[in-house]
Amino acid sequence: MHTKENTKPMKHQSKSETQIDQKAVTENPEHRSFHKNLSNLDIKTVYTPDDIKDLAYDVDLGPPGGFPFVRGVHPTMYRGRLWTMRQFAGFGSAEETNKRYHYLLNHGETGLSVAFDYPTLYGYDSDHPLARGEFGKCGVAISSLVDMELLFHNIPLDKITTSMTINGPAAIIWAMYIANAENQGISKNKLGGTIQNDILKEYIAQKSYIFPPEPSMRLIIDTFEYGCKHVPKWNTISISGYHIREAGSTAVQELAFTLADGLEYVKAAVKRGLDIDAFAPRLSFFFNAHNDFFEEIAKYRAARRIWANEMRRLGAKNPRSLWMRFHTQTAGCSLTAQQPEINIVRVTMQGLAAVLGGTQSLHTNSMDEALALPSEKAVRIALRTQQIIAEETGVTNTVDPLGGSYYVEWLTDTMEEETYKYFERIEQLGGVIPAIEKSFFQREIADSAYRYQKEIEERKRVIVGVNRYKLEDDLGIPLLQMDEKGEERQIHRLQKLRKDRDNSAVHRHLTDLRKAAEGTENLMPHLLSCVHSYATLGETCGVLREVFGEYKESAIF
Amino acid sequence: MEKKIRVLVAKPGLDGHDRGAKIVARALRDAGMEVIYTGLHQTAEQIVNTAIQEDVDVIGLSLLSGAHMTLFLDVASMLREKQIDDVLIVGGGIIPEEDIPRLKKAGIAEVFGPGTPVETIVTFVKQNVKR
Amino acid sequence: MTDLVEKVIASDVRAIARLITLAENNAEDAVQLMKQIHHHTGNAHVIGVTGVMGSGKSSLILELALEYRRQGKKVGIIAIDPTSPFTGGALLGDRIRMMELSTDPGVFIRSMGTRGMLGGLTSSVYDVVEILDAAGMQIILIETVGVGQDEVDIVKIADTTVVVLMPGLGDAVQTIKAGLMEIADIFVVNKADTPGVEQTVAELEAMLDLAAHIERRTPIISTSAKERKGIPLLMRNITEHKEYLIRSKGYEARRRQRYEAELIEIIRKRLMDFIFDEDKLKGVVDCCIDQICRKELDPYTAADDILGKILK
Repeated sequence: MHTKENTKPMKHQSKSETQIDQKAVTENPEHRSFHKNLSNLDIKTVYTPDDIKDLAYDVDLGPPGGFPFVRGVHPTMYRGRLWTMRQFAGFGSAEETNKRYHYLLNHGETGLSVAFDYPTLYGYDSDHPLARGEFGKCGVAISSLVDMELLFHNIPLDKITTSMTINGPAAIIWAMYIANAENQGISKNKLGGTIQNDILKEYIAQKSYIFPPEPSMRLIIDTFEYGCKHVPKWNTISISGYHIREAGSTAVQELAFTLADGLEYVKAAVKRGLDIDAFAPRLSFFFNAHNDFFEEIAKYRAARRIWANEMRRLGAKNPRSLWMRFHTQTAGCSLTAQQPEINIVRVTMQGLAAVLGGTQSLHTNSMDEALALPSEKAVRIALRTQQIIAEETGVTNTVDPLGGSYYVEWLTDTMEEETYKYFERIEQLGGVIPAIEKSFFQREIADSAYRYQKEIEERKRVIVGVNRYKLEDDLGIPLLQMDEKGEERQIHRLQKLRKDRDNSAVHRHLTDLRKAAEGTENLMPHLLSCVHSYATLGETCGVLREVFGEYKESAIF
Repeated sequence: MEKKIRVLVAKPGLDGHDRGAKIVARALRDAGMEVIYTGLHQTAEQIVNTAIQEDVDVIGLSLLSGAHMTLFLDVASMLREKQIDDVLIVGGGIIPEEDIPRLKKAGIAEVFGPGTPVETIVTFVKQNVKR
Repeated sequence: MTDLVEKVIASDVRAIARLITLAENNAEDAVQLMKQIHHHTGNAHVIGVTGVMGSGKSSLILELALEYRRQGKKVGIIAIDPTSPFTGGALLGDRIRMMELSTDPGVFIRSMGTRGMLGGLTSSVYDVVEILDAAGMQIILIETVGVGQDEVDIVKIADTTVVVLMPGLGDAVQTIKAGLMEIADIFVVNKADTPGVEQTVAELEAMLDLAAHIERRTPIISTSAKERKGIPLLMRNITEHKEYLIRSKGYEARRRQRYEAELIEIIRKRLMDFIFDEDKLKGVVDCCIDQICRKELDPYTAADDILGKILK
């Protein structure tokens, strides 16, 4: 008969019983020899307490919501509030995108995220010669306050937060958003949202820069200053690693370069005289969620610890200044054009990693995004993916469920170590901006991208459907069709606008803007005046182009 | 005779995604070719003028922003106008299947979509160079 | 084919480009054409721009070209990048800095790989200079790689050699090869918008103080390509150097030096092509090398044998 005593597990007799049985391993050798993760780190067969023997919970992890915030920036995380489901969207004309926003909101997304087309990203109006062929292709075209009004038609801007992926002309687009809200009777201090506004990573990765580094930094600090005083619920920057990763960097590089950029912005703002505890709570981050499941989770955890420590070192006293809050997007570059439905599976894994990593906000890619912008069906499935993770998997029942895992804690520590090695190299080069000018980041990224490509072509890494498990007759899926008349409507709208508005007011405000840009005052009030008077994006940005000049990159392979 | 295949890798329009273009450029270099890279934000005129001055054998157009039907065709028609018919033109990026026939008709010899191994591109160039 | 030469002289862009390709590829037809081209040369001022990697040579050349264009001069630019000794390929990325010049009909830019096994300027560069000269370019700017032999070899081909440095390299002047220091007709300290300019200029002045007697003190110009500062001053110095050369008969001496170097290079190349040609002496050469390996022959005797066969 089994008594409680008989069924008690036996204690291990000797230390050798805690190690892997080497004899068994030799008899059944591993079928692959390549076990490097995506940052080129060698991963062991198994991790044990030995790998984290120096880990002290109170010092190195802390509770969620407590320094150094490894386990999460809030004590109850998703039990208190789920991450925001914020799907990046935008295409064609403002009215078309407005429809997509209503669709997403009706299907349960909880925050808006705006994708702009290339002419808008570069500060050109839809009828500029360089906009030829580009209208609305990879985002929505916004040339003036009129378009902003159409974009958010029937959307209560005091009840929903909006993230806008805009960098070079971010301050101008933000001014349009604020002006539109004001016209709706919503005051600035009620507005919540984010502008990406992270120019350093543009030089490094995304390449949608306009002006050279110095005036770009000035504009960014102008937005910090303005936000602190007038739009306190707004995140005036989303310091991004997503694009650095998409350009081909490793996870460690994504982590290191993003945080280095972040610290650069903090130092610049402090140099301007801003109080660190006034603006730091409104800094936010944006990371990629790529394929290596545990590496991504460790990356987010390491990021929180590094940021908390570095901000403390820079003199931040307010606990909110130490929080690294971030949005995550699943990796666009991991999506395949081959057998697109299986992208749903990839995105699920990646989304789960972001959630287990404690993201505040999440965008899940649609299955068709290696081919086109998302169709309604595809984006709905992407949203449902998040909803299933949130409602059905149980992972939200507890905070940082992987905390204490030998592997994850070891990986978190290792990624932190590797990050600090990069910090040192950047210091030696003179800091972030000198390193950019010396093409340090660009070279590191190009090398990683090339190495990854080689690994795939040599079949060291398998991409299902691409270099293994291929399908001969790959049946396509229906893709998004855009309204062909959108561009025509937009151009007419612009021409009408330029005729109907008070052109002398526009001229006056643009002249004032030019004077201010040549000086040192904060440009936000001037930008607001310009957009309120219906100066277009191109006209406003054009003034800044003339004063600040344009940035040109050098070729690094 | 020491003939090298000279390739122009070009980024037309406002698209800033250069990861693929750079990887292809490097692979072509590793295959013994001379690769001239235009950098970002090129107009059709800049691309064609560069191709003429550099007397390239191949022009590779890379575009991920969806503007290929306008911009690739601009380059192709400008080359036709200048009666340049001995240059191999290839394209790559995010180009839906249904657009490829029209591109080929305009003179783009082949379009390499996402997931194409660089070896495929290198081999195609070597086998289809016109001079 | 001769009408290719006529087209080149008429500044036809495609003809210029095509002839350059033929010359680079060592095509048989090229020799006949180059013979004709030579008669139409002699008007261009050739400016070699060399210096360490990262010193901003491309941006400087862009700014110079823009200034020369404002003066109505036609400009040719040769941008040289290293050819990989392993793959034989090259990434020619200098042009990326100059793309705004691509649509200016008064500018011709050609990117070239070094293609040489030993480094140094290949004979093709001499050819390209002659072609651009014959095509009417009044200014020819040559940007060299920045490492290797060609940065010193540039002095053989250029009328004016500009050596570009930048501040912040620590003991910049000491670390830079002695040869590079000696060939400079003009020193440029670029990126003068970054700290350390005065120090670098001072180091250069000190080094010039110690140099053996020379007739002309090498000027040191600070420039910032980014801020467009110092470019007109640099151009004045280039013009002054040309005038100095003409006054001191140095111009003819330089030209003589260039043609001598070119002649040597053409002969060397022909000789090497002959010797290593499968149908000519390659078999003999390979045999000799085998014998040298087996210590049956020494390299000098082998050379005697091979040269003997040629000179017979």
